[in-house]
Amino acid sequence: MEYTERLSNVSVLGAAGKMGSGILLLSALEVADQMLKPENKDKHFVVNAVDVTSSALPGLMKYIRAQVLKAAEKKTVLLRKLYAGRKDLIENSDIIGAYIEDVMGIIRPGIRIEAAYESTLIFEAVSENAGLKTRLFNQINENNPNKPWFFTNTSSVPIGGLDKEAGLDGRILGFHFYNPPAVQKLVELITTPSNSNGMKEFALQLAKNMRKVVVPSNDIAGFIGNGHFMRDALYGINQATVLSSDMPLHEAIYAINRISQDYLMRPMGIFQLIDYVGVDVVRFIMNVMNPYMADENLHSPLLDQLFEVGVKGGQFADGSQKDGFLKYEKGKPVAVYSPEKGAYIPVSDFANSVDTWLGTLPESVLSWKNLVKAPNKEMLAAKAFSDLKTFQEKGAAMAVQYARHSREIGMKLVSDGVAVTAEDVNTVLLTGFFHAYGPINDFVV
Amino acid sequence: MIAGYNTISMGTGRKEFNPRKERPGLEHYIKEAGEGTIRQIGGGEHVDEGVVGNFMASRFNKQAHLGAFLGMIDPSLRLKPATRVEGACASGGLALVTGIKSALAGSAEVVLALGVEVQNTVKAIYGADILAGAGWFQRRKEGHAYFFPGQFSDRAGVYFEKYGRDKSRKAFARWYRNAVENARLCPTAQEFENKTADLEVLALTEPNPKSFTDHLNVFDCSKVSDGASAIAIVTEEGLNRCGVALKDAVEVVGIGHATDDLTALPADPTRLDTVAHAVKIALESAGITASDLATVETHDCFTIAGILGVEAIGLAPQGKGADFVLDGHTARDGKIPFNTTGGLIGWGHPTGATGVHQAVTIWEQFTGKAGDAQISIPADRPYGLTINMGGDDRTVVAIVYKKTV
Repeated sequence: MEYTERLSNVSVLGAAGKMGSGILLLSALEVADQMLKPENKDKHFVVNAVDVTSSALPGLMKYIRAQVLKAAEKKTVLLRKLYAGRKDLIENSDIIGAYIEDVMGIIRPGIRIEAAYESTLIFEAVSENAGLKTRLFNQINENNPNKPWFFTNTSSVPIGGLDKEAGLDGRILGFHFYNPPAVQKLVELITTPSNSNGMKEFALQLAKNMRKVVVPSNDIAGFIGNGHFMRDALYGINQATVLSSDMPLHEAIYAINRISQDYLMRPMGIFQLIDYVGVDVVRFIMNVMNPYMADENLHSPLLDQLFEVGVKGGQFADGSQKDGFLKYEKGKPVAVYSPEKGAYIPVSDFANSVDTWLGTLPESVLSWKNLVKAPNKEMLAAKAFSDLKTFQEKGAAMAVQYARHSREIGMKLVSDGVAVTAEDVNTVLLTGFFHAYGPINDFVV
Repeated sequence: MIAGYNTISMGTGRKEFNPRKERPGLEHYIKEAGEGTIRQIGGGEHVDEGVVGNFMASRFNKQAHLGAFLGMIDPSLRLKPATRVEGACASGGLALVTGIKSALAGSAEVVLALGVEVQNTVKAIYGADILAGAGWFQRRKEGHAYFFPGQFSDRAGVYFEKYGRDKSRKAFARWYRNAVENARLCPTAQEFENKTADLEVLALTEPNPKSFTDHLNVFDCSKVSDGASAIAIVTEEGLNRCGVALKDAVEVVGIGHATDDLTALPADPTRLDTVAHAVKIALESAGITASDLATVETHDCFTIAGILGVEAIGLAPQGKGADFVLDGHTARDGKIPFNTTGGLIGWGHPTGATGVHQAVTIWEQFTGKAGDAQISIPADRPYGLTINMGGDDRTVVAIVYKKTV
C-alpha cells in the first residue's frame, strides 16, 4: 500500500487526551495535505477521533478547529495555491475558512472503538497500561480486514510484547511524540525486527511531513527519553534522601531541585519536572519499566508515599501546574512538601540557609534561558563546568556529581543498546526536554 | 499650512504595543490629533471646515461616516461642514487637496485636515485582504496572500532583471537603514526604539517565497500602523485669525493631483508614471525644478517604491535610483534628505494619515520644530516636496512647499 492509501482511513485512540489531541491534529493536517493534492481529488479520506470520554469530544473539536485556524493563518501563501481553482474563494479569509472546513470534514469524533475496524493506520494514545493496549489492538485486529498498522505513543512499554500479546505480526511500532505533539519536534521511533521495511519507511516519511526530528530507539522499556528521565529522577530523589541527613527532607528536595536547575543550567529542576510530568505518571512509568530491569531497582518509596496521600502534580485542564513535590503560585515554586509533616513549607522559611549551605555559583554558570539562546552554548557550558569543578562549595561539587551521573545514564543507554549513538541520546534531551547541552559530553568528566 | 500634529505611530515596532491587550481606537486618534492642531490655532472656533482622510475604517473598524467625528474632537467644531475623503493610501493627500481647494475657492479661511487609520484591529494576514482594496478587487484572486507586498515584489523582480539584483537589494537595505536612523530621532515614530546594531545586514535577509513574497522581505515593507496626523490649511486671513506668525507657517506653492485607471496594469513595472506626472505638474505649478528641493517626503510603502520615487521625481535617470540612494544622496546628511522622520518604513504607514503626516514633517522641518530630527534647509533651496501615493501608482498627490522666512 503506498503512502497516500495508508492514510485513507486513520484512527486516533485516546484522541481527547493531552497527547491524543495533538496526534489527532497532526494526522488530520497531514491527511488534509494529501487530500488537497489535485491527483487525490476523487479519493476519500477519514480520520476517526476515538475517545471513551464522550463529554470531552466537543471540547476536543473546538481545540482542533482553533489549532487548524492557527496553522492555516501561517500557511496562507501555500493555501492560496492549493485553492487557486476555486473561483469563489478570493480573500485570505475565504481560503482559510474553506481549508478549516475541509480539515474538520475529515475528522469524525466518536466513542466507539468499532470506528477503527475500517482503518489502515491506527495511532494509540490511551493510558500507559499494556493490558488495555493489547486488548484494544487485539479487538481491532480481529475485526479489521485491512491488516492495519498500529503506531503506539507508549513512552515505556516494549513494543515486542504488545505485538506478541495482540497477535499483530509485526504490524506495530512505537511512534512516541513529546508533549505537546503540535509543538515539540521530537519523535522517538521504536522499531522491532518484525517490522517490515515499508512500515519503517512510511513512519519516517510521515515524521518528515509532520516536520519532526526522529530519533531511533531500540525496543527496550523506557526507550531513550524515559530511560534517561526515570533514572535521573530516581537519582535526584535518592540524592535528596541522602542529603536529608544534613537538613530536613523538604530542604534537601529544595537543594537538589536548585542544583539540577540553576547549577546544571536546565529549564526545570528535577522535582519540578517530576511535578510537571506528574508524580503519579513518573511512579507509573517506573512501575512499567521496572520488571524489565535486570540489575536495577527503578522504584522510589518516596513517590509511593506522595502518591498515597494524593500529592500528584500534573496539570489542571487549563494547563496550569498542580502541586506535587513543590507548591506553585503563578507557575512558580513557593513551597516544598514535607512528607514528615504532611504539609508545604514556604521556601522563604529556609531558602537563605540552604542557599548559604550550598554556597555561591561561579559567574560562568548562566541561567538556562540565557544559555539556550547563545550560539556557542557548548563552549559556555564547558566553561561553566570547568569552573564548577574547581569551585570549593558544596553545591558546586554536588552539581558536578549530578551531571556526571546524568552522563553515565546516557552512556548506559548506548551500551545497553537502547540508543544507537550518544548523539541520539543528546538529541532526545535537547529537543524533547529542552536541555541546552546533551548529557553525554566531555566537559562534565 | 500651520499647526501640525502627529500621534504616535502605534504598531509592532513600538515597545508599548501589546497584541493581547485592548488598544486605543479611531476615536482616540482622531481626538488626539484634532486637539493637537486646534490647540495651536487658538481653538476650534477658528476652523471653517474639516476634512478627514481615511482609507478603510469601514472594514478595519466597522466604522464609516468619519466626517461626523469632527464635532467629537471639540464642541466648538460641531455643526461645521465636514467630509471624509478616500484614495487608498493617498487619502491623507486628498484631505490636503480638498482643504486647499476650499481655501483657494474662498469658502474657508481655515480648514482642519486630519488623516487617520487604525489597522492593528486585525491580524496581518487579514489586514492584507483589507489593504488589497486599494487595488482592483477583480485581481485579488490571482494576487499574493499579502497582496500589496506581492504587487511591489513583482515590480522589484523586473527592476532586478533590468538593473541588477545585487545592487538593488543593497539599495533597499540602505533605504531601510536610512529610514530607521531617521525614525530613531523622532519620538512618535514606530521604529523610534529600534535597537538593531546592523540594519543593512538585517535588511539583506533573503526573501522567503514560502512565507512571504518572491523579491521583498519584511524590512522592505512599511509598518502596519495605528495613527493620526492633523494640520490646518489657512489663507492669509486665516493665518491672522489664528494668531499664528508667518515663521510658524509653511507656504503651499505647487500641487499635482493625478488619478489613473485602477483597472490598468503599469505600462512599465519599473516606472511610477502617475507619480512622475503628478510631481511634474506640482513642480511646474510651483515654478521650480527638482534641483531646487531641500528635502522630500516620499511614499516608501516599500523600499522599491522609494527607489522608483527617486527616479519618478527626476533626481536620477530611470534605472539609476538604486545608485542615487547607495551614493548617500537621500540620507539625512546627503544632498537631498528624504523622509527625515523615517517615512513609511521608519515612521509608519497609518494608511489614511500618511499624506497628512508628510505635510506635518515638512512643516516641522521648515519652521524649526523638528526637534532631534531637524535638518537645516539651505537658503538657496527653500522648497520641500511631498508625494502621497494611493494603491499601485493610481492616485497621487504631490505638493510643493516653501519655507516662509
